Amino acid sequence: MPELSRRRALTAAAVVAGAPFAAATAARAAEPHHDAHGGSHDSPESFDEVYRGRRIQGRPATGSGHHHGGGYAVYVDGVELHVMRNADGSWISVVSHYAPVSTPRAAARAAVDELQGARLEPFPAG
Amino acid sequence: MTVRKNQASLTSDEKRRFVAAVLELKRNGRYDAFVTTHNAFILGDTDNGERTGHRSPSFLPWHRRFLLEFERALQSVDASVSLPYWDWSADRSPRSSLWAPDFLGGSGRSRDGQVMDGPFAASAGAWPINVRVDGRTYLRRALGAGVRELPTRSEVDSVLAMATYDMAPWNSASDGFRNHLEGWRGVNLHNRVHVWVGGQMGTGVSPNDPVFWLHHAYIDKLWAQWQRRHPGSAYLPGGGTPDVVDLHETMKPWNDTAPADLLDHTAYYTFDALDADRPARAVAG
Ligand SMILES: [Cu+2]
Ligand SMILES: [Cu+2]
Repeated sequence: MPELSRRRALTAAAVVAGAPFAAATAARAAEPHHDAHGGSHDSPESFDEVYRGRRIQGRPATGSGHHHGGGYAVYVDGVELHVMRNADGSWISVVSHYAPVSTPRAAARAAVDELQGARLEPFPAG
Repeated sequence: MTVRKNQASLTSDEKRRFVAAVLELKRNGRYDAFVTTHNAFILGDTDNGERTGHRSPSFLPWHRRFLLEFERALQSVDASVSLPYWDWSADRSPRSSLWAPDFLGGSGRSRDGQVMDGPFAASAGAWPINVRVDGRTYLRRALGAGVRELPTRSEVDSVLAMATYDMAPWNSASDGFRNHLEGWRGVNLHNRVHVWVGGQMGTGVSPNDPVFWLHHAYIDKLWAQWQRRHPGSAYLPGGGTPDVVDLHETMKPWNDTAPADLLDHTAYYTFDALDADRPARAVAG
């Protein structure tokens, strides 16, 4: 998926540049999210915090490269964490796939707990 | 004919042969292809889009076929090997023989979750975690940490009692047997076991832990038990459902088998005893 790689590369570059998601809020306002049940409601709020020594961020996602996170992207230290929204509104991530939590921020925190300091791989290696 | 046995009743020779066959698939690279396939479906299956391996009616036939592929791979190494199953409602302790050093090895150490004994410990040198979602290359577990208790037999029975296979909207919000067995709703059977084991078993690359196969072999057996209890209940949906695998529709990634072809496990294998793990019927009333 070259497009995805390019987007990830740009994201990583932006984090390095120290201005990761300046456009996030504007993007969110511009793109209302259509959810699982065919209903339409807003994505969860963006967030940006340091949790247990690691920067976790979340924001409504834009762009054609984005897959099935329900239009929402989560990052741990600038690396995208694959998240998914369940039909009941709960969230899971690829590192905690069988234990739904209530918000994408909770999924990000659960991922940091699970990682125990390890770096996230953008996609499975190998 | 392949006979799938309860892991608790395997002889030491059967355990040794199973482990050796798994390690050989790992060594020759075939094992990791299963992990990659599983993670691709975990990431791709969504409640509002195409869904095949998980959170959908085909969760059960998809994993049945996936396990068949793995079992055939094992048998290409050692024809005497079959997949054992883990009845976690009975063998529900980290002290179970399943987790002994002569079989799967035990829980991870507290510092980093690393499994330190058994044939799949990183220190044994034969089990690198290559298909992964983070930087850690060693097998991890945290038995009983993510959730304290494995499902009980009465919880299993409450799900087996559900007469309808699956229901619209055919996803993680569904009522019915499939979704309660999968665990997105209700007492939570399958999902909870992944969480109880922890480590890679809690992630999209869960087949990195060999217990994945024993867990799913038991989920598969519960499907067979459910069929016995509800002979009049069919796989659903029967046809014409967008994004969902209908009874006669073929499944990715194989594209040559439909759920209808997988409903009868006896075409492929039998179990040591299909109702053996069921306690006296009088208990259930
Ligand atoms: Cu699976
Ligand atoms: Cu599973």
